Amino acid sequence: MTPLSRFQIAWRAAQDLPEGAYVNLGIGMPTLAARYVPAGREVIFHSENGVLGLGPAPQPGEEDEDLIDAGKNLTTLVRGGCYVHHADAFLMIRGGHLDISLLGAFEVSGTGDLANWTTEDPNFPPGVGGAMDLAVGARQIRVLMDHVDKKGKPRILNRCALPLTAAGVVRRIYSSLAVIDVTPEGLVVVEMVPGMDIDRLQALTEPKLMLAPGCGVIAAPAELGAPAAKAAGQAA
Amino acid sequence: MINKQIDDIREAVNDIRDGAVVLVPGFGAVGIADHLLEALCDQGATDLTIVANNAGNDEHGLARLINLGRVRKVICSYPRSGDYSAFLNAYRAKTLELELVPQGTISERMRCAAAGLGGFFSPVSAGTRLAEGKETREIDGKLYVFEKPLRGDVALVKAWRADRWGNLTYRKSARNFNPICAQAADLTIVETAAMVELGALDPETVMTPGIFVDRIVAVGEAPPKNHPGYAKFAGAAA
Repeated sequence: MTPLSRFQIAWRAAQDLPEGAYVNLGIGMPTLAARYVPAGREVIFHSENGVLGLGPAPQPGEEDEDLIDAGKNLTTLVRGGCYVHHADAFLMIRGGHLDISLLGAFEVSGTGDLANWTTEDPNFPPGVGGAMDLAVGARQIRVLMDHVDKKGKPRILNRCALPLTAAGVVRRIYSSLAVIDVTPEGLVVVEMVPGMDIDRLQALTEPKLMLAPGCGVIAAPAELGAPAAKAAGQAA
Repeated sequence: MINKQIDDIREAVNDIRDGAVVLVPGFGAVGIADHLLEALCDQGATDLTIVANNAGNDEHGLARLINLGRVRKVICSYPRSGDYSAFLNAYRAKTLELELVPQGTISERMRCAAAGLGGFFSPVSAGTRLAEGKETREIDGKLYVFEKPLRGDVALVKAWRADRWGNLTYRKSARNFNPICAQAADLTIVETAAMVELGALDPETVMTPGIFVDRIVAVGEAPPKNHPGYAKFAGAAA
């Protein structure tokens, strides 16, 4: 059993983005999802700094210093894209105009509480950016995360230990081990990585897991497994 | 004849007072009025409250203002961006206060002030640490947090094109907080890459109407000399 790489998690999340959806991608792993939208499917990406129709990273010679994404990397605008000011960019977020927001997470609870804005490191000032806006505003919040922390401890918890970004907002979790839906009845496992079973997954997850009827296997492209994808020079 | 253009950037900022609330639009390094910030550094006003998204980078502009000890408080959403050592040093030395505000709440608080409103209820941050001490209200079954308007004494705005009436356009994602801040301050000072003749801007595409603008300084395309991006412009000119 091999956990998914961050590229494979992003790939899996991208497969679920429907045609015509307006989507915001959080900084880090969610940003990678833009590359893996299935060919022929038109998905419009929103960036909190006022870009609607975010494109891929610029080719050499195409860079424009006035055009960056939420991670402050140089980016491009797709044909048909446009710019808005910050109040409108956040009106789109807060007002429920985005269909889906893909976010990173430190911790998620069994009832969909999200903690992704501070690790409470006393040596550094806190920063929240657009995390709280995104967590309450989009019509559906989906989270991309490693299933366990660096010590192997669960990050899907009965109750988040870190300060919350928003309560009860997460609808789907793409972890390094499984795809899990947050439902009123509890956490439902929809897919697992090859070789994983529900008992082993439960041992790495605090809240009680239920198995969806017909629970599938995540079929992520092997070439996106770490470290091969990194070696391919895929700068974020 | 109305002419809001001022030739000398020092004159444009000379009456910014100690203790002023200064709106500093920009996101990362994009859309920041670096020339006006340098002029404010040289002007000497102190005990300033800065409203921005980030908290300055490297040693120029806002970072230089912080290094000079002239900033009392920063209201921002995300100080940890790029090389923010100027902010970090002052934060650790406790010489500077941080008010952390969600990004969309900053822009909406300014927009609220610009619109003459007394505040608004937002679902953002409800039930979190950032809502502690704030009034809350349940509206139609959903919890909201009361947010007050945020008005600036001064806004330092970066435009792409401006005319002498103060009609402005911005370029690409450098628009960001600029149109909001331009509306939300008692005194709005603009640096523009270039001036155009009155009537040259398409009225359908003016992004900030001149009613919000008090002063304009034309600064050209190049950033200030102590900005990391300056070398490229100097090289291109040589």
